[in-house]
Amino acid sequence: MAVGEVATPRLVVAGERRQIRLVEPLVFVLSIASALAFWEVVSRTGLISATDLPAMSTTFNELWSLMQTGHFWWSFADTVRGWALGLTIAALLAVPTGILLGSSELAASAFRIPIEFLRPIPSAALIPLLFLTLGTNLKSEVFLATFGAFWPLLVQTMYGVRDVDPVAIETARSFGLGPFERLYRITLPSSVPYIVTGLRISSGVALILAFTAELFMGTKGLGQLTNAAYSFGLETEVYALALATGFLGLAIHLLFTALERRALRWHPSQRLEAA
Amino acid sequence: MTRRRALKISLEIAVPVAILVAWQLWTVHLDSSKFPRLSTILVEFRDMWLFSQFNEHVVPSLERIGIGFALAVVVGVALGIPIGLSRWARLWSMPHIEFWRAMPPPALLPISIVLLHSIGNKQKVAFIGFFCLFPILLNTIDGVRAIDPTLIETARSYNVPRHERIRRLVLPAAAPQIAAGMRTSVSLAVIMMVLSEFFSSTSGVGYVLLISKNTFQFTPMWAAILLIGVLGYLLNVLFLIAERRLLAWHRGWRAATAA
Repeated sequence: MAVGEVATPRLVVAGERRQIRLVEPLVFVLSIASALAFWEVVSRTGLISATDLPAMSTTFNELWSLMQTGHFWWSFADTVRGWALGLTIAALLAVPTGILLGSSELAASAFRIPIEFLRPIPSAALIPLLFLTLGTNLKSEVFLATFGAFWPLLVQTMYGVRDVDPVAIETARSFGLGPFERLYRITLPSSVPYIVTGLRISSGVALILAFTAELFMGTKGLGQLTNAAYSFGLETEVYALALATGFLGLAIHLLFTALERRALRWHPSQRLEAA
Repeated sequence: MTRRRALKISLEIAVPVAILVAWQLWTVHLDSSKFPRLSTILVEFRDMWLFSQFNEHVVPSLERIGIGFALAVVVGVALGIPIGLSRWARLWSMPHIEFWRAMPPPALLPISIVLLHSIGNKQKVAFIGFFCLFPILLNTIDGVRAIDPTLIETARSYNVPRHERIRRLVLPAAAPQIAAGMRTSVSLAVIMMVLSEFFSSTSGVGYVLLISKNTFQFTPMWAAILLIGVLGYLLNVLFLIAERRLLAWHRGWRAATAA
């Protein structure tokens, strides 16, 4: 790019925009198509043997025939159930706790060290404990998903509540609003951006842990199917199930990113981007 | 105000101590082999990890974390800078990045073993490195994109060669954001280490956890869980200290402009 172009960037952008709108989906499709073709070629030519990496077409075929079976869809539904329960319970626990800890400095400092210590504990380390206590069932899966999803949401809610404009709170107070009305009209709406971001992070974590519980503890779901396929040496099925899990993860990620954007439409950070 | 401060500090110490005391009292009261006393766990912790089994199991785990994380940093920054600088590279690569970062890591555990023919260091390092990559990569891309285009254009118009531009302008400007990605990845590395060792391994902290669970040795199991918690916490603290030192110029600059 020549230096001279810097002088008239706006004009160039305005003209280019229509062209870009056509080119963008094209690049998107091309990029995915070439990656899939690359996968096919690597396996077909034996660069990586077909037993280690089944060809793309073989894997999608396998996924397609899996999708014809009720067993697959029941497992899929089990994973989604574990995820949804875990995320919901985590939200019900973390948001009120976060509001409490975020609005009281004393409470926050009392629980600072326990939170700092518990937060980075890999939830997978708790699996042996769950074997001993709750057993290998849905309860364990939901507990694990809840535990993992709880921390990001808690921390985000605390930040959100702390970030509330003190002038707004004082103004509300001087207009005679009670503590509950202040919570409902000011604290909650202004911490929503943080909470929604926390929800997006936690939605991914909850899925990971639901799957982890199924893989390691054999609770019903995609993880258990994966472990069974792996134990029987059904490599193609292992790959097909990983694809299915990946698509589920992608769907959840896109859903919550859209939710985040929607919830934040009014927020200045989003207004700038839209303009 | 000072009394309030004193109250805060004493609460900060008293509550964790109270939790530990409650744990001890509860396990004494329970008197169950599944839930050994906290004091028993701590003694076991000292016997196992300080330092008789340290070389055998803690060092391999730390090594895997270290190499996997280092690989993720190198690859993440090396890919993130060109992707951040070029719109086309972004258009081309974002679909793939979005897919893989949404993939739940344990779904790839069996695949990593099948693909690499290994349950040893090769597979563990690759698994840890792969999933630590995404926070670093995404943050590098964002950090590079956030650089004021005038800065880059100015450097360009002064004929600063490309590699110098990246070394002296792009990299330092994106460094704070890259560090933020690295911090996420440090915690992630510990989780990936536990997952990969817990699935299949012959050494490491996750292996000890797995074996003691399978053989119903509850006290070593608790000691291993405690060690994983301590490792996660310490790595996080270490990283924060390193970050504060390396990015001192950045914090100082921000404080100066804020004043």
